[in-house]
Amino acid sequence: MMAADGGQEEEEQEEEQEEGEHNEVVCLPALSRVAVCGGTHGNELSGVHLVRERLKEKKQKVDEEEDDVVSVVNILTNPRAVQQCRRYTETDLNRCFTRATLSSTVSDRTPYEIVRSQELNSLLGPKGSPQAVDLVCDLHNTTANMGLCVIAYSDSDWICLHIFKYLQHHMSDVPVRYIHFDLPCREAYSLDSLGKHGFALEIGPQPHGVVRSNIYTYMKTGVELMLDWVRLFNSGTVFEGGSVEVYTMVSAIDYPREPHTHNIMAAIHPQLQDQDFCLLRPNDPIFETFSGATVRYQGPEPLYAFFINECAYYEKGIALSLARRRRVEIPAIQMKSGLEHRGDEGTSEEEAD
Amino acid sequence: MSSNNVASFNEARRVAIFGGTHGNEMSGVTLVNLWMMNSREEIQRKGVDTKPFITNPKAVEKCSRYVDTDLNRAFTTANLSAPSGKDLPYEVQRAQEINRLFGPKGSSEAYDVIFDLHNTTSNMGCTLILESSKDHFNLQMMNYIKKAIAPDSCPVLLNEDPGLKYATARSVAKHSVGLEVGPQPQGVLRSNIFEAMRIILKHALDFIELFNEGVEFPPCTVDVFKVSERMDYPRDANGNIIAMVHPNLQDCDWEPLTPGDPMFQTFDGKTIPYEGESAVYPTFINEAAYYEKQQAFVTTRRETLAANAIRKV
Repeated sequence: MMAADGGQEEEEQEEEQEEGEHNEVVCLPALSRVAVCGGTHGNELSGVHLVRERLKEKKQKVDEEEDDVVSVVNILTNPRAVQQCRRYTETDLNRCFTRATLSSTVSDRTPYEIVRSQELNSLLGPKGSPQAVDLVCDLHNTTANMGLCVIAYSDSDWICLHIFKYLQHHMSDVPVRYIHFDLPCREAYSLDSLGKHGFALEIGPQPHGVVRSNIYTYMKTGVELMLDWVRLFNSGTVFEGGSVEVYTMVSAIDYPREPHTHNIMAAIHPQLQDQDFCLLRPNDPIFETFSGATVRYQGPEPLYAFFINECAYYEKGIALSLARRRRVEIPAIQMKSGLEHRGDEGTSEEEAD
Repeated sequence: MSSNNVASFNEARRVAIFGGTHGNEMSGVTLVNLWMMNSREEIQRKGVDTKPFITNPKAVEKCSRYVDTDLNRAFTTANLSAPSGKDLPYEVQRAQEINRLFGPKGSSEAYDVIFDLHNTTSNMGCTLILESSKDHFNLQMMNYIKKAIAPDSCPVLLNEDPGLKYATARSVAKHSVGLEVGPQPQGVLRSNIFEAMRIILKHALDFIELFNEGVEFPPCTVDVFKVSERMDYPRDANGNIIAMVHPNLQDCDWEPLTPGDPMFQTFDGKTIPYEGESAVYPTFINEAAYYEKQQAFVTTRRETLAANAIRKV
């Protein structure tokens, strides 16, 4: 499990949690260094402009208050793609953070985004080491009608889950959900996997290359709430446990395509379009062909649909993704100093799931 | 204002439907590809040779708006008369080729009608774009389409001011009709948007068939929105935008914007109001492709145009 840093005490506490008891408070190290990242995809503009604004604000602070509680770095991660207002220039930066890519040899012909991923690994990582930043928050937009989603690799990283719970509690204008991509650490490919903890903040619907004021405001509020939570956590606040709903990604469905040209032959069905997080039951419509025929969901179990009609996924062969939903019990947590050193060895290296 | 004069036009025998003029505007790309591969019956009409055509295949393949330069601004006299050659920007080469196939622009050999299919990220619904207030054939067609889809609306955008209009791909034809349907993100195909565009085109082709059969269309009036002014985002010294379309204006295409109404919202939450002299009707609000053209929206003013009766020669 990713989040439980520290020794014997934590393991005992975790066993108690697995039995369903949350009377004990799980103690975790402070999140001293946080990275707020935008422009990982250069045309996802909420994050681009939010990071630019935060960098401007930092420059303009005359009497810079030394923030003892947390140190925040704001980064535009793919400046070339941002400048061109494209998702990427040569390859998708947000797929370049696997261990293999981070350790590959760089030459003149290495794609820009791979060079950049290694630079970011030096800056925010190295991934899996004690020097890595404590928390990475990577800002994204989607053309899908997903509201605000916290996307993480773990369903037991109490930091990410508590941040999610806090955002959900304080944001009433937009639905807030947690999406779990069930991949072990060694297979994690995205920027947020550089930190000891990390997640993507994904907000839609917004066309790529567009700034919608409501979506920007949700992103700004989400980041500010996250940092409020971190400051409270680092100051010793106990965050009560509870239960949260988690969507765990199971599979994806591609568009029906022409065999020779590979062009799509159907569009997302009008009854499914914009219905992210609806429950898709076997035989429900998912596509409408251009000649008006309905293609139906043939899966064996009802699943929750999301990333419905995301622009960038056409080329990845994904028309929609599917998830199971369940309740996860999360324990109360509290910062405890002195844990950092105990947790040093292989903190994020756990291979056990 | 009705007129006793009947404007006569030749039968519209040669009609083209352009898709992919911007390679990431997916309704037109999809419809034209569909019609080029099969389903041609859908666009065939008696006495009309209807040719579907992908105008910017390289941009379509990359799923980007353009490769070197915007094809829909490339049909200038200078470009069309420049000596041809591989050194020219890709889209200028394409413009010359399209002018050869469907023009020459301004000549009697040019195609009768070209429909150019576009999408926008703006909430413009099904908009028809007119480049001349004196094209009675087009005005009658637009009147026909509007009546056919009522009670759904179909705004007509008139862009004929020489300082504001641009050299479009469709301008090669004698009668040019722009179809702009939104909102749809670039690179995305939405079923409702696709079907809406398909229906508009069906009515347009029906009109042409009726006209060619000899139907006389009586005088009519057409309410249009005439482009007045381009409004850019507030920007900093580096040219970066420092504000967004205000939430009160976002998605409010075709609704009146009165002096004092919120127009932009800075990233730190301040409101910038519209300070024009009178109410205007904004459109192309927050179109993705126009950030680089320094345009947050355009203002329009309402006008009623009169069309003569028309019939074929």
